[in-house]
Amino acid sequence: MAVASISVKETPLVLYALRRADDALILGHRLSEWCGHAPMLEEDMALANMALDLIGQSRELYSYAGKVEDAGNDEDRLAYLRDVRQYRNVLLVEQPNGDFAHTIIRQFLYSAFADLYWREMMSSSDATLAAIAAKSEKETAYHLRHSSEWVIRLGDGTDESNRRAQDALEDLWAFTGELFHVDDAERSLIAEGVVIDPERLRSAWTATINDVVQTATLMVPARDWMQKGGRSGNHSEHLGHLLSELQSLQRSFPGATW
Amino acid sequence: MSTPNSQLWEVFIRSRNGLAHKHVGSVHAADATLAMQAARDIYTRRGEGLSIWIVPSNSIVASDPADKDMMFEPSLSKPYRHPTFYEVPDEVGHM
Repeated sequence: MAVASISVKETPLVLYALRRADDALILGHRLSEWCGHAPMLEEDMALANMALDLIGQSRELYSYAGKVEDAGNDEDRLAYLRDVRQYRNVLLVEQPNGDFAHTIIRQFLYSAFADLYWREMMSSSDATLAAIAAKSEKETAYHLRHSSEWVIRLGDGTDESNRRAQDALEDLWAFTGELFHVDDAERSLIAEGVVIDPERLRSAWTATINDVVQTATLMVPARDWMQKGGRSGNHSEHLGHLLSELQSLQRSFPGATW
Repeated sequence: MSTPNSQLWEVFIRSRNGLAHKHVGSVHAADATLAMQAARDIYTRRGEGLSIWIVPSNSIVASDPADKDMMFEPSLSKPYRHPTFYEVPDEVGHM
């Protein structure tokens, strides 16, 4: 690794934009890992399309974070030159792809939240965030529909697909609580009307999850113990490996273009 | 790659209001809902469409290639069916 990590002055708004940008980039990168490996060509394209949507969302959020910070960090520097402990994404999105059921359940749990979240964020008092929300909401609405249809077919499919989908739900469930987590920095933005309080989305999110999971003849896990840490940089062991691949080129050949 | 659970669907896309749906290709999918999503994901990535039709491929009745001569050869020798022997007045404009 030839290039050192940058330091970022994380004011509440910068930190907020980085968190949402990291969510989108890491999930987008995970989906991109399926490219050329999906069960069928049609789904290969669908997963790559969703990856591109998410990476596009992350670019806008990184650019905005860089603009607000005003210290010369652009989208590329923020994505490629922060270390794993500086990443602010929720733990859910960095979880490995696993089998197709794990990827679909992860996408479903995240999209069910993100769709509601961006729709509400369209009323943000921050014009840039409201515009990003409006674009992201349309993309996320499709991600939710696509993943929901697959959850239903995996759950209500064969014995094996049902078992794999239920296993994925059990494995990933403990990471869903962090979607609703807010700290003092974010609470100050909520008070100013810049961002919404995700807590008010909880009942709608729960209703979506219950509806699709029941239609899929799966069971919502009964456990309510939740894991968190990603928002403050305490990640699972998986994120470091992901970043070493994502960042290797820019770390080795700074500013490389082709 | 096809799987035993997927069947073939033909995809038609209408690119603009007022135009007809045009055949663009096919997708494999287990049912109509997934076929619609696959068509969207494969054939409308570059803003190609405003509307999609999906038809099970086995619902299409196709002419037999072996009948080609009988079906289509006779029309080739009848150029008078093309409306090229009429003088179209300038006032008519585009027909």
